Amino acid sequence: MLLFLGKRLLQLIPTLFIVSVIIFGLQQLLPGDPALAMAGEERDPEVLEQIRRQYRLDQALHIQYLYWVGGVLTGNLGESMRLKEPVLTLIAQKFPVTLQLALMAIVISLTIGVTAGVISAVRRDTAIDYAVNVIALWGISTPNFWLGIMLIFLFSVHLGWLPASGYVGPFEDFWLSLQTTILPAFVLGNAFAAVLMRHTRSAMLQAMSSDYVRTARAKGLAERVVVIKHAMRNALTPIVTLGALELGTLLSGAVLTEQVFSIPGFGKLIVDSVFNRDYAVVQGVTLITATTYILLNLLADIAYVLINPRLRS
Amino acid sequence: MHGLVNRLGLAGMAVASVLLSAQAATGQTTLRIGLAEDPDVLDPTLARTYVGRIVFASLCDKLFDIDENINIVPQLALSHETSEDGRTVVIKLRPGVKFHDGEVMNAEAVKASLERHMTMQGSFRKPELAAVDKVEAVDPLTVRLQLKAPFSPLIAQLTDRAGMVVSPKAAAEAGDKFGLKPVCAGPFRFVERVQQDRIVLEKFPGYWNAANIHVDRVVLRPIIESTVRLANLKSGSLEMIERALATDLPEIRADAKLKVATVPELGYQGITLNIGKSDAGKTAFGKDLRIIQAFSLSLDRDAITKVAFNGEFLPGNQWVSPRNPYYQSKFPIPKRDVAKAKELLKAAGVTSPLTIDFMVPNNPETRQVAEIVQAMAGEAGFDIKIRVTEFATSLKEAEEGRYQAYVLAWSGRVDPDGNAYVFHRTKAPQNYGGYSNPDVDRWLDEARTKSALAERKAVYERIAETLLAEGSIVYLYHRLMIIGHTAKLEGYRQMPDGLIRLTGVKLKP
Repeated sequence: MLLFLGKRLLQLIPTLFIVSVIIFGLQQLLPGDPALAMAGEERDPEVLEQIRRQYRLDQALHIQYLYWVGGVLTGNLGESMRLKEPVLTLIAQKFPVTLQLALMAIVISLTIGVTAGVISAVRRDTAIDYAVNVIALWGISTPNFWLGIMLIFLFSVHLGWLPASGYVGPFEDFWLSLQTTILPAFVLGNAFAAVLMRHTRSAMLQAMSSDYVRTARAKGLAERVVVIKHAMRNALTPIVTLGALELGTLLSGAVLTEQVFSIPGFGKLIVDSVFNRDYAVVQGVTLITATTYILLNLLADIAYVLINPRLRS
Repeated sequence: MHGLVNRLGLAGMAVASVLLSAQAATGQTTLRIGLAEDPDVLDPTLARTYVGRIVFASLCDKLFDIDENINIVPQLALSHETSEDGRTVVIKLRPGVKFHDGEVMNAEAVKASLERHMTMQGSFRKPELAAVDKVEAVDPLTVRLQLKAPFSPLIAQLTDRAGMVVSPKAAAEAGDKFGLKPVCAGPFRFVERVQQDRIVLEKFPGYWNAANIHVDRVVLRPIIESTVRLANLKSGSLEMIERALATDLPEIRADAKLKVATVPELGYQGITLNIGKSDAGKTAFGKDLRIIQAFSLSLDRDAITKVAFNGEFLPGNQWVSPRNPYYQSKFPIPKRDVAKAKELLKAAGVTSPLTIDFMVPNNPETRQVAEIVQAMAGEAGFDIKIRVTEFATSLKEAEEGRYQAYVLAWSGRVDPDGNAYVFHRTKAPQNYGGYSNPDVDRWLDEARTKSALAERKAVYERIAETLLAEGSIVYLYHRLMIIGHTAKLEGYRQMPDGLIRLTGVKLKP
């Protein structure tokens, strides 16, 4: 296990190097001029020149890259051109928000998706199975943007139960934090719950028709034990992968949902930065999310080994 | 069980009443405002966005301000006097003004602020104060500006960020990080900012006009989605929103709990035509003046505002709106005339439909306007190919002349010079159309030396006459700046720049 972990961690170094080159390189392909984008309506040639000099935009690409990587290695991701704040400070402000939202969304989707998938598989071809399938199909096909706005109108404007948008941290005011994040977390979790339900259902159906389940039944075990302890444990392996990948995606920011609910998370930060050509922020956020994604994949692999003893050898 | 529910209910009521009485005892009023964008850095020297100016309106007072009729009125200054040769401006300051850090606002502070605007690296105010040669503190309450040449728009520049005076002590200590914790002399002082989430300000007890400030706390929240901004206002999560959509106006008006304040913008919305910026320009609008005229005549400006904006916006044909004192009523908005447009195209030698590459920044409103323009101009003999382009990319494309027509808006300035000079003078920074006419250059310069409205207007009349015939911008309409607010808000007055000023505003419980 330790050797496996050590090997995987060593592999991270070249991966992250390639990721950094790709991030930097792709960004250069963005059309437009950061100085012009930053100047907005105030496009004076002298001022533009000064911005280019100040942010080293007038230097060769490889020099700009070296400055950036040099900074990253010493823990300095640069400064936002638009906001004059260090990129690390911005990331430190946004990451907990996105993390909270992502975790809530994952909990919601796992609770709904796995439960519905198992029920649907156990009650295969019954009215419940059909109903769950229809709901899942609705969940997959509902655009987040639309669902978000509809929920705001229902719960905030008409019923007045929840705030329409905004964000409050859980350490500031726990209940208010829950109120501001429950709708966006539900919107995010909704689509994934549907995907999870479909996967759980098919994995469960496969597991339920396998030999070891027949053996377990033949031993006279209660159906509940057969389903939960034997079939479900095996069916969970692909779900863990899916969950880890989805968490990675959610951590890179849910652009539309954050936009609709005005949640100051990664998604909003990166979209604003791309539109304003705030290179340092785009690079910093992308690097952090790519690293998180890679680490989550590693965790998923470790979880596999823990769930499936056969992989330990 | 029943008893328990009752007891819980009573306990809940007790807690609620304690909370309510605590609120009543403090009497704190908080005004929550929904902004259409996230402001950039809150440093008057480095700031460059319209939305940032809304925050500054509560945070940083300026030497001068404007009133409802775009007249310049004193704010931190009391008066100003320009010498006969136009090269010296003496400004008398308001006594007893303090910055949020307790420092005194005096001539030295004004000098330090203006010099910061003029010299700081990355300052966007430098071009606005380019005419100023030297700033002198004559006595604690008198500042003298020596100009390189007469420049009548100067006082108007000082009604905006260039006229904001910041605490010299705080500015010296914070350097280019001043915007993270700005210290000015406005009615509210900075409390905190969470990027993309909120900016919090609180009433400054030492404000020179504190008796007229009745709100204790202001929270400004960027909510980009206009539908969500409106939903927040309707649900009571916000007391005020800026830049509501014209298409939302009927809904706001129909709601008894809401009120609306509108004003035509100082800027304009129009189409920039490439007439000499590159070869792309020379093959279309730059080939013959009559093609520009035909294009302009093919458009029905009234219909554009009716279809796209419920008729709420003002049709226009000049760089200032028909309600601006500098509007030249001698040149009214032309009526659509397709037959004449066709004739002009024919006379210019265009026989088959003239293909035009039409660059349109990607947002729903401009896209819709572009489609209407495409249909209208199509009837006159133009084959408009719409190219929807992300905004930052479109700026670069325009800068390099890779377009033939471009939808471009201008948020507007108090002085007409700010809407005309940089767009029409030869090789000026925003002259994307590549327009050049020595006469117009001379007149634009001349207008900067005149200070009486009538005299300046006479110069602008010549400019308007020439530009309307051959200029590179086809002006279409002027947006209405729409501020929606709760009916509990009293005393709100909308100024022509669309910014939100909170002096005299009361929020009823």
